[in-house]
Amino acid sequence: MSLERVRIQPEDFSLDEEWRRMRAGLGGGTGAVAAFIGLVRDLGGDGSSSLELEHYPGMTEASIEAIVARAEERWELSGALVIHRVGRLRPEDQIVLVLCASRHRAEAFSACEFIMDFLKTDAVFWKKETGPDGSRWVESTRQDFDRAAGWRQRREAGKPPQA
Amino acid sequence: MIRVLFFASLKEAVGRSECRIPLLEDRGRAFGLDGLMAELKERLGAGAYAALVSENVRIAVNRKLVEGAVDLRAGDEVAFLPPVTGG
Repeated sequence: MSLERVRIQPEDFSLDEEWRRMRAGLGGGTGAVAAFIGLVRDLGGDGSSSLELEHYPGMTEASIEAIVARAEERWELSGALVIHRVGRLRPEDQIVLVLCASRHRAEAFSACEFIMDFLKTDAVFWKKETGPDGSRWVESTRQDFDRAAGWRQRREAGKPPQA
Repeated sequence: MIRVLFFASLKEAVGRSECRIPLLEDRGRAFGLDGLMAELKERLGAGAYAALVSENVRIAVNRKLVEGAVDLRAGDEVAFLPPVTGG
């Protein structure tokens, strides 16, 4: 796969555009594409909260590349793409896109979920939430770690973790 | 020179995102992370230094995580990373 697989950017992304680009490079063997889009949640319920994402250029991309490479070892993917935004984001903004293409749907669904779960624990990002109670640096949650651990224990392909 | 980077909460604790520390060679002895830490303590003060050496802070040299003693060379980039939040 020679196409770029990981991109970090402050700008918004377009699912249409990214999918069109990936689609142009897929062969006829692809039968399934799964897309995941993450949005910024509204903490206060009134749209006034915000999220600031910081990254370490070079190291952040490498941390995500490593996650995608692990997914590719596990499932046969004909295409994979992760776009993650950084900088200041508002509620309802798109924050992350994961696209996975494969021969059958099970691989595409599982790889997409696997990549998202490890993005939550292993990707080099720092998030600062500003809500009604002020600002705080966020840490990965217990549930995030449980989900990633579930994948490590579950070696057989196609089964998502139970956590 | 060594380029030293501070991220997220550490950037706030130190009050800046980066600084440059000269490579201090002591009679041919390699300058390592321990030497850099001593220099940072001197320059940044005790409060900021305490944040850098707290238990959950990880260190990357040239964007690779390291542990223990590491020799540094001119042009190396040393980053102090608080626990990541993930994407």
